[in-house]
Amino acid sequence: MTDQWSVAGRSFTSRLIVGTGKYKDFEQNAAAVAASGAEIVTVAVRRVNVSDPGAPMLTDYIDPRKVTYLPNTAGCFNADDAIRTLRLAREAGGWDLVKLEVLGEAKTLYPNMRETLTATETLAKEGFLPMVYCVDDPIAAKQLEDAGAVAIMPLGAPIGSGLGIQNRVTIRLIVEGASVPVLVDAGVGTASDAAVAMELGCDGVLMNTAIAEAKDPVRMARAMKQAVEAGRDAYLAGRMGQRRYADPSSPLAGLI
Amino acid sequence: MIAIILNGEPRQVREGSIADLVASLGLDVKKVAVECNRAIVPRSTLADVALAEGDALEIVHFVGGGC
Repeated sequence: MTDQWSVAGRSFTSRLIVGTGKYKDFEQNAAAVAASGAEIVTVAVRRVNVSDPGAPMLTDYIDPRKVTYLPNTAGCFNADDAIRTLRLAREAGGWDLVKLEVLGEAKTLYPNMRETLTATETLAKEGFLPMVYCVDDPIAAKQLEDAGAVAIMPLGAPIGSGLGIQNRVTIRLIVEGASVPVLVDAGVGTASDAAVAMELGCDGVLMNTAIAEAKDPVRMARAMKQAVEAGRDAYLAGRMGQRRYADPSSPLAGLI
Repeated sequence: MIAIILNGEPRQVREGSIADLVASLGLDVKKVAVECNRAIVPRSTLADVALAEGDALEIVHFVGGGC
């Protein structure tokens, strides 16, 4: 049986969501997306360059009919800007599944949770289906869910830091308390970090820099695909218990 | 010609609809979204909305971005 997950009624097989920023060029970006097996990519909404309308566009390389575009509000520091951006995104793309991210400060890119909560409420009222970037706080996660978040996306570590999952306990608490999908968003640095997120029972992982800033992004994209699958399988398999001392794997009986 | 603010920059444009402006900029209307004076202008109505002196327009599209 295929292991699928669904968000707001849409089903996906891949549990890896990748960003489309920081790549050398569109070709590399498209190749990395293909290697990652991702069915969802995050995209930003920005002003068109009216002085160079013929410039290549993301949509020329990554087909929004084949890959789900998840518009993201990265770069927004208040609820109003984020909501305005997503209204434009909905008009540009014609879909209402979006990723909300309201940042608190440039240095840490930690979310401003007060503004995030306000924006989630407004977006849900306007018919959006917001997947929400948030702190790894199980209470905040509950509040977002109550406000209409269709997925909870706690940070594993600061955006672009590559530090890996810093607090496994809080991520697990969020997973156990949520009735919507939980995806680690931000902080993954290498394949084992993605596996950790999946082993904690997350429904998926979102990453950008870990792939884009690898020396070989396409190869790292493939590694991430395998890590997410391995982590998911390990979670479903149910890991062994941990002991403080050794326990031999070979029988003690019959020793010479 | 009338004066508008396009993506934050003052600009002189021909009178006409927003659809006319988008076309004159060489943009594919199916790939952009337009906001006029902070209100979304649905794609289906771009040809019906006339530009007025002082309008502030934002024309956006999807670009690469992460988290």
